[in-house]
Amino acid sequence: MIEQVAVSGLLMGLIYALVAVGLSLTWGVLDIINFAHGEYLMLSMYTAFWLYTLFNMDPYVSLPLAALLIFVIGYLNYKIVIKKVIDAPGLTALLATFGLSLLFRNLAQFFWTPNIRFISNTIVTDKKIELGSVVLGMPQLVAAIGSIIMVFVIYHFITKTKIGKAIQATAQDKSTARLMGINTEKIYALTLAIAGAAAGIAGSFMSTFYPVYPESGMMYGLLGFVIVALGGFGNIMGALYGGIIIGLAEAFGAYFLGTQFKYAVVFLIYLVVIQFKPRGLFGW
Amino acid sequence: MLRVKNLKAGYDGVPVIFDVSFEVREGELVSIVGSNGAGKTTILRAISGLIKPLAGEIEFMGERIDRIPAHEIVERGIAHVPEGRHVFGKMSIRDNLLMGAYTIKSEAEIRKTYEEVCDIFPRLRERESQKAETLSGGEQQMLAIARGLMSRPKILMVDEMSLGLMPILVDKVLDILREIRNRGTTVLLVEQKVQEALEMADRGYVLQTGRIITSGTNKELLESDLVKKAYLGM
Ligand SMILES: Nc1ncnc2c1ncn2[C@@H]1O[C@H](COP(=O)(O)OP(=O)(O)O)[C@@H](O)[C@H]1O
Ligand SMILES: [Mg+2]
Repeated sequence: MIEQVAVSGLLMGLIYALVAVGLSLTWGVLDIINFAHGEYLMLSMYTAFWLYTLFNMDPYVSLPLAALLIFVIGYLNYKIVIKKVIDAPGLTALLATFGLSLLFRNLAQFFWTPNIRFISNTIVTDKKIELGSVVLGMPQLVAAIGSIIMVFVIYHFITKTKIGKAIQATAQDKSTARLMGINTEKIYALTLAIAGAAAGIAGSFMSTFYPVYPESGMMYGLLGFVIVALGGFGNIMGALYGGIIIGLAEAFGAYFLGTQFKYAVVFLIYLVVIQFKPRGLFGW
Repeated sequence: MLRVKNLKAGYDGVPVIFDVSFEVREGELVSIVGSNGAGKTTILRAISGLIKPLAGEIEFMGERIDRIPAHEIVERGIAHVPEGRHVFGKMSIRDNLLMGAYTIKSEAEIRKTYEEVCDIFPRLRERESQKAETLSGGEQQMLAIARGLMSRPKILMVDEMSLGLMPILVDKVLDILREIRNRGTTVLLVEQKVQEALEMADRGYVLQTGRIITSGTNKELLESDLVKKAYLGM
């Protein structure tokens, strides 16, 4: 039983990591908290839902479309909203992204009603793998594997490619990055677009086993912040470790204390870590 | 090569340099000297596009560049080594140098420049995979200059390279700058260390509270009463 809890927690943790990576990048590079990040997930889940409902496209098939759509939304989020407020004093940027998150949720409610919907029949629905006493749900397993692959792809992109290095340079020292010839405006827009694409992919995976409704991204956005704070801002591998820790904490919290307390355990871990390591466990 | 005419620049619309004019010719090593807060860094920031001038003109190779964004100025052949070094501490020395060559498209040219620059700074090649933050202050200054050279600039502008360095290291960096100039790169040096900076320059300008108060060849300046009294404590 305890193995089952650990494995389920791990699988969820890997998916959380992909959600958190984009948030962490945004935070690390632009030094802002994007409250609308959770809504990227929601929009991606609706994309999967509608393409499934209207065109009978499996979420795995529509995944690239959802990723592209949220990539563009992330890009526009920078150009239309964040660019205007990024240098504003105080809480302006925070409030702007918070407002955007409300807007996305309300639009979803307005156009698609608050009803909870499911994608009822994907190619993995109800499929399972049994390993001894441990049962792995196929949707979760695929989502977890896909997520960890994406985390490594993003890690590789950031640490090995020229543009990725320019993103790092911009995160560390924007003015000096400009002196290198880096167009930091473009880098900012690209960073938000990549963050969006990552959330778009995570949302597509989650749509195969998680209900779709206007608030479906909220909790994951919040968990994303906790993971980023644990893992260190801008630290991609930190987001991976943080995601795993939170996935396990949630699973074990639910197992030992009851489902209603699982988030209490998560936020307790967060509060304790922040006390001792304000820059995160794996922070720069 | 570089001509600054009646430049007025500052922060949030408040000027800190007023009516500054000077010129750097191809192949020269020119120093702008002045005490802390005189406005030296502000001049360099205006040239490299980090701040927009409030008035005046900046011309490079015959082209007006004062309305061009910073990331496009590098491409035109101006490298700015900022005050305080500003290496990318979390990145390797190699990656720092590659960022310096960000505007160069050809891989072969980047490789060639990398080898050339490492020939000037052999210590950097030895430690290329180390993070820049592990370097000492002097080594970081070398890295910052090397990174500036990676863009194959026509002119290298170096801001306060002596800051926080021991005198022996200052001499070493000055030697290197002289070598860079001898290899054909024009150098514009901005310094508080008036004596050292003027001694190695062909010509110099003295900046005081945002205005150029005198200029001349290095000899003329080092022997002028004004410079002797105000800056050399004689
Ligand atoms: N980022 C800034 N914002 C506002 N004022 C600044 C800024 N940087 C420099 N200054 C002011 O501009 C003046 C000139 O500074 P600076 O160009 O750095 O001089 P220097 O490089 O000669 O020491 C100083 O009075 C300084 O306080
Ligand atoms: Mg200065």
